[in-house]
Amino acid sequence: MAQDMCLRKAKVNQRLKIRTVSADGELGRRIRDMGLIPGTEVTVIGKAPLRDPVALRLRDFTLTLRNSEADHITVTPLED
Amino acid sequence: MGQYIIGIAGNPNCGKTTMFNALTGARQHVANWPGVTVEKKIGHINAGTDSVELVDLPGTYSLTAYTQEELVARNFLVDDRPQAVIDIMNADALERNLYLAVQIMELGVPLILGLNMMDEVRKSGKRIDSARLEELSGCAVVETVARSGRGAQELLRSTLEVAAKQTGEWKALNISYGPDLDPVLCEMEKLIAEAEFLTDKVPARWTGIKYLERDEDVIIKGRMANTELSEQLEAMAREVAEHTRKTLNMRPDALIADYRYGFIASMIKDVVTYPASSEDRISRSDKMDKVLTHRFLGPLIMLGIVYLIYEITFTVGEIPMGWLESLFGLLGDAATNLLPPGHLQSLVVSGIIDGVGGVLGFVPLIMFMFLMISALEDSGYIARMAYMLDRIFKIFGLHGTSVLPFIVSGGIAGGCAVPGVMATRTLRSPKEKLATLFVTPYMTCGAKVPVFLMLAAAFFPEDSATVMLVITLSAWAMALLVARLLRSTVIRGASTPFVMELPPYRMPTLQGVLIHTWERTWEYAKKAGTVILGISILLWAMMTFPELPADRVAHYEAQRAAAQSEEQITTIDNAEAEEAVRHTLAGRIGTALEPVSELAGFNWRVNIALTGGFAAKEVIVSTLGTAYSLGEVDTEEALPLSERLVADPAFSAATAIALIIFTMLYAPCFVTVVTMARESSWRWAAFSVVGSTCLAFVMAVLAYHVSKAFL
Repeated sequence: MAQDMCLRKAKVNQRLKIRTVSADGELGRRIRDMGLIPGTEVTVIGKAPLRDPVALRLRDFTLTLRNSEADHITVTPLED
Repeated sequence: MGQYIIGIAGNPNCGKTTMFNALTGARQHVANWPGVTVEKKIGHINAGTDSVELVDLPGTYSLTAYTQEELVARNFLVDDRPQAVIDIMNADALERNLYLAVQIMELGVPLILGLNMMDEVRKSGKRIDSARLEELSGCAVVETVARSGRGAQELLRSTLEVAAKQTGEWKALNISYGPDLDPVLCEMEKLIAEAEFLTDKVPARWTGIKYLERDEDVIIKGRMANTELSEQLEAMAREVAEHTRKTLNMRPDALIADYRYGFIASMIKDVVTYPASSEDRISRSDKMDKVLTHRFLGPLIMLGIVYLIYEITFTVGEIPMGWLESLFGLLGDAATNLLPPGHLQSLVVSGIIDGVGGVLGFVPLIMFMFLMISALEDSGYIARMAYMLDRIFKIFGLHGTSVLPFIVSGGIAGGCAVPGVMATRTLRSPKEKLATLFVTPYMTCGAKVPVFLMLAAAFFPEDSATVMLVITLSAWAMALLVARLLRSTVIRGASTPFVMELPPYRMPTLQGVLIHTWERTWEYAKKAGTVILGISILLWAMMTFPELPADRVAHYEAQRAAAQSEEQITTIDNAEAEEAVRHTLAGRIGTALEPVSELAGFNWRVNIALTGGFAAKEVIVSTLGTAYSLGEVDTEEALPLSERLVADPAFSAATAIALIIFTMLYAPCFVTVVTMARESSWRWAAFSVVGSTCLAFVMAVLAYHVSKAFL
């Protein structure tokens, strides 16, 4: 069983499943409105030239968020 | 036969605006929603005997009312009660797009789902069973491809059918929110229905959900309608929130979002079938992103694209710009011939035709730049620019999306701050928007370019290209530094989340780009016709009146009569012109400012030009020309003035540097100030004028003394 970790630590091309989203307020709502909720499978598909923000693929679309926002999300790596 | 108001909603980048354009064609107009700066587009359609008013709602992911766009969209649905709403969905990302649809269903507005981008869905091998979706959602579903206009008419027909059949009656969807929230929601619904609390506008259950979500907008309205009941509902929401926090470690709004997605997931399971190999399918967009946002290649390509925009704008835009200039030249000649010499001729030719012509002359440049920026925006590349630059912008307290206003304003020399300021609408956070608004006018807009070119050509003839580059880069540096300063003083606060969609790359449609370009160009041209016209007349008056007293005129007449050669007459003419300018109101202001402006090396002539430049930066060169008594100086042929400046012992290279810096930073032009006030507030616009001018002066004084010491 893979260990839960913070989304910030995820590597490019790693497949992950969201465990928890701890953000409240505006940030929490924006994250959830975009479909980042527990149970969702995401893949880190790239990082910006300065390693922040990161680009995620989920539910058939691509989303970017900053590392400081990824800190509110914990994920479980999925085995291929 | 009927008259309908139909809303058109959808996520950003779902093709909503393309569909709106396909449905309405050119029969649309743009305004702002009352009180906010969110764009409002309305189109009229005549379908048979029916007359339809189609309202393009701002693109939103949700109706949570966290952003202005969401609030506008929701208030339109609630207050204007359209007969039906079309939700345009990117069918390729159906699950997320249904999140907005479900919220509209919960509100109960008659809804039609437009499954857009079906061509992309088919290409990817995915299958969508739209008949099944229609069955499960209870909404009419129409498959469309907005880019080619396919399905548009069918969509309109279905919408009118639904609108006619349901006659505005709302049937709200009820979703179960699980064992923790359902009981309290039922209780709330009963209380709300009994008290008829807000039920004239929205379903009782919906109000209950909003109290659980702690929706400020609804709670404030509720308190006003029935304080006692509102407090009771708030207490119930607090209690259940405490309970879910203890048992699930979640707030009700998070729980509600989860259940909504759960509802969608159960619906979509039957509707979407993925091809067996979907796991290793790498889409074209992903492949392009591997290169276009590559760690090293990405920024290089971005620079290349920015350079290309600049090149095309100036090389291609120059041609129609020349036509416009000759047209205004002809107009000026015609007016000179038609009108008798005197004040009226001078007002029409120097004041109106030259003033407005100077601004309208930039229209082709603005048009070409917007043509390309609109194309880039529609292609999805601007979102990548924001993505790549966000890290840098964040350091300075801005947001990745601040890039667009910067570039439009002249981040690549030659933009215009007015549309740039308008482009700050795309910024969702008020704080980052204010900071961006403040520093956006520092960019090298098209009106400042002639000033810089003239000074560079005069004082640094060997490396004027390098000087222009240094100026452009300094403008960026100053903008970022001042933004940082503002964000750590006047507008302190946490940065807004950068949770942004990267839309797939798409070929922009010609119609969409043309409509965007037209809207923005028209906005600019309108300003030339109204505000600039007024300012031109005012400036002309300030530089004409009061006139020289009769005895001084007679004095020069006498001198001219006694003159021996053509050359002497010219010298006398120049002396008279200089005295005349000094005598006018503008000249007096310039002279009065001299004791202060001397610190930066500016004489009274420069002062006049800079005062005029507050009206519109375009006039700096021409005013300087007049003040240096050269008569009319064409901004395009600034060379004689530069020679004159070099010859002036009071005007050194240090003065030129100080003048460049002052022009870069001081108060934005009048039209920008008005636009700024519209986008924020008059207070903020006034602060920008005063603050920027003070900063500009300090920097100019500093630059003057430092460069005097070294040059």
